Amino acid sequence: MELLHAASAGTMESSDALVTVSPAENGISLSITSPVIHQYGEQIKKVVLERLEALEVKNAEITVVDKGALDCTLKARVEGAVFRACDAADAGIPWGGAVK
Amino acid sequence: MINAVGRDIPEEVMAATGRDIFRGTYVNDNKEYTKAAPTVRAVCDPKRSKMVASIREAIEKCGLKDGSTVSFHHHFREGDYIVNMVMTEIHEMGLKDITVCASSLGKAHDAIVPFIEDGTITSIYSSGVRGKIGEAISNGKLKNIAVMYSHGGRVRAIEEGRIHIDAAFIGAPTADEYGNLRANGGKSNCGVLSYAYADAQYADKVVAITDTLVPFPNIPASISMVNVDYVCVVDEIGNPNKIATGAAKPTTDLRKLLMAQYCTDFVVAAPYYKDGFVYQTGVGGASIASTIYLAEKMRKDNIHMSLGLGGIATPMVRLMEEGLIGKLVDTQDFDLGAVESIQAHPDRHIEITGSEYANPMNKGAYVNKLDYVILAALEVDTHFNCNVITDSTGLITGAQGGHPDTAAGAKCTIVISPLVQGRSPAVCTDVTTVTTPGETVDVVITDYGIAVNPARPDLMEAAKNCGAPLYTIEELRDIAYSIVGEPRKIKFGEKVVGIVEARDGTIIDVVRQMQEYVFDD
Amino acid sequence: MIDESKKKRLRRSMLFLNCQKPSLIRDPYVYKPDSIMLDLEDAVAENQKDAARFSLYHALQEINYRGVERVVRINGIDTPHWQEDIRVCVAGGCDVIRIPKCTCANDVAIVEEAVYNAEKEFGKEEGSVLLMAALESCLGVINAFEICKSSERLIGVALSGGDYTKDLQTHITFTGIELAGARQQMIIAARAAGVQCFDTVFTNLDDMEGFEAETEMIKLMGFDGKSLVNPRQIPVVHKVFTPTKKEIITAEKIVREIDTKKALGIGVFTVDGKMIDIAFYDGAKRTLMLAKAAGVYEGDLV
Repeated sequence: MELLHAASAGTMESSDALVTVSPAENGISLSITSPVIHQYGEQIKKVVLERLEALEVKNAEITVVDKGALDCTLKARVEGAVFRACDAADAGIPWGGAVK
Repeated sequence: MINAVGRDIPEEVMAATGRDIFRGTYVNDNKEYTKAAPTVRAVCDPKRSKMVASIREAIEKCGLKDGSTVSFHHHFREGDYIVNMVMTEIHEMGLKDITVCASSLGKAHDAIVPFIEDGTITSIYSSGVRGKIGEAISNGKLKNIAVMYSHGGRVRAIEEGRIHIDAAFIGAPTADEYGNLRANGGKSNCGVLSYAYADAQYADKVVAITDTLVPFPNIPASISMVNVDYVCVVDEIGNPNKIATGAAKPTTDLRKLLMAQYCTDFVVAAPYYKDGFVYQTGVGGASIASTIYLAEKMRKDNIHMSLGLGGIATPMVRLMEEGLIGKLVDTQDFDLGAVESIQAHPDRHIEITGSEYANPMNKGAYVNKLDYVILAALEVDTHFNCNVITDSTGLITGAQGGHPDTAAGAKCTIVISPLVQGRSPAVCTDVTTVTTPGETVDVVITDYGIAVNPARPDLMEAAKNCGAPLYTIEELRDIAYSIVGEPRKIKFGEKVVGIVEARDGTIIDVVRQMQEYVFDD
Repeated sequence: MIDESKKKRLRRSMLFLNCQKPSLIRDPYVYKPDSIMLDLEDAVAENQKDAARFSLYHALQEINYRGVERVVRINGIDTPHWQEDIRVCVAGGCDVIRIPKCTCANDVAIVEEAVYNAEKEFGKEEGSVLLMAALESCLGVINAFEICKSSERLIGVALSGGDYTKDLQTHITFTGIELAGARQQMIIAARAAGVQCFDTVFTNLDDMEGFEAETEMIKLMGFDGKSLVNPRQIPVVHKVFTPTKKEIITAEKIVREIDTKKALGIGVFTVDGKMIDIAFYDGAKRTLMLAKAAGVYEGDLV
């Protein structure tokens, strides 16, 4: 997917994550902050990158402000932000396809 | 060297702190030793005044110099002004290498961090540290290794002479000019002065600091004039609103209520629930809710608690007033209700000293008489070891308090924690920092269910009958990991910034410098 | 194929949860509700409908709700959201879709068609997702019977008291007077159609006694359960819906008597010397189911 503009999804509440994506030129740049970065930093990174790959996002700048979100929430926030950035979040989501 | 809870304690840390490794909770039973004694300057001349005009004058008269040790109590909790006032004065006098020996330090003392950074303070002994002091220590800013001891362990250290206090600065809600100190009757009442008692007895010099000077005799006194050298009057010793807060509202959080229900049902099903039992609980939402549930059971079963111990809050006071508790034996007051009660019920609500409460090396402390203690923890591991001081980033953010003392003393030690908080699993394979050894922890209660220490098969029957799903501790961990994933260990730096002292002064664990997380590749 | 046992399962408590709040939907099963109702409608702000669906999808796919039934309330068929809501519900594999603001049998038919199409799109078995209808208007209440009969998938109807009382030109009084007609009409319709019936929420969390009294009343009226806004209400509902010892013993006797006699080809049943009717059978079974769910019956008759 080609990002058209910056977008975000999520909140800063406990157990949630605020994910912001914006268009970029050269590949993926990712920044993560989390209260559990030592324990789950690699897992968070893996989940985020896997989602981007599944959605075929090749170029993006991504910021994840994690507040102790579970993987299912992280996935939802990354997808929410990406689909919003592509103006495609409202209908026709490929549930069970790219969104999995 | 590997200690009794499996932690590898570096030999250079043992050498630097002059401490052995932890070898077990009860290895010192029957041990004989000689107590330390302070150097006393006599007051024979009745004409000599103990009044000093300022904290500066008190410090000078105490003869403090580079390398001295000063002590403080934490009965003013987050409303304390004493530590900052005294340390600012010491800093302005240009003294260096001071050891601060506090019963506890908190966010109220953020202001002393610059004194850690500039070498005024180079050693800290405290039950724990929160706020910016915790950050400073965790980031390696303190020159020497910080020592975190339990309330009982602190008194032991002072009585054994492991810590020698040059001057104790005791904040007192009221004082007379001859140094009789009370915790009540002033502007900033804190109910009791339990943790200051050992300081008053064992420090070479004792300075009372008050904002309410009352006529002689200020008795019955928590701290007697026979131990006090100087009395200093200041405008304010603390913020009354933060010292004795209003009673916490009973929680409506069903998760806490659920754990409270499990806890109470377990207490009632366990063999120690009979007339005259002895009990201690905390002030967290689940603890207070379980006290309220327990009271309902006690009324119904016509069972009474002979003694409620430790830090006291309003719910326990109400049960005493109702006659469900015989005596409250108090070391700290958490709210206004407790402060008022100790004044209103001198026959039933009794102040005790820190030594009487929890010192493992006197001739038997109150904690040894506990049937039940209800505790919280940040983490519990599959060996039942608990962590109450370091958080998920490795930061020192809590205090041992009476956790290891009461756990060691009680016949039945119950630790309550939600299984998962945010993404942090409360039950894990190995806690980040051991503060309380698993051999003293009997039961873990979470919102998902209950686990009993296999060393206590006698408690299994009660666990089966308490309505909570019964699991092994490993099963609880597996449930937690199935929700949040298996955590990696926190990556620390090499430098040891603090030791966790077991009750007997040995090293149960070390805390290393925090380190910014670096991703794998 | 509709799974009848799934359709007729116990639903004493149905806890409302905002899909957009991860802290709420991660483990509500610790409170042991019979069903949770993950809300895409009123609880979710208009500009968060999209994000809530992503949360819902992954929650349905990845969180083990440990046997708690997963109902999703979609947005109304008069909004731009409901069709995508249905797609995510079906793809995610929820158990039941709750149709808000249902006014007539055709509303159910519209949703059912979309569900059918989504089942095809996502390769799900036909009938995998059940439906329930929330009646929130006078028209919906007056059409209760046709709504109850509208679909094989329909597990039952639920009253939504807030909107209904507005339509009625009154308000919630906590006396029950304003809801009396709707409750009576709906439970009769539901029973006549052989589906379940659920009462509206009770929003005053400080009045637990009032809540318990209302729950007792709706149980006596015949309701199967109640929609709940806070987990604190769950144990109260379950307590009210727990049969007494005497009720359990009688129910056991009825089930045993009828099972044995029927096997022998006998059509006359007696319990404790009294003649009973075959019509007692379902009620007795239901009593035992309630008792089992409450942990006070461990027998094998249900």
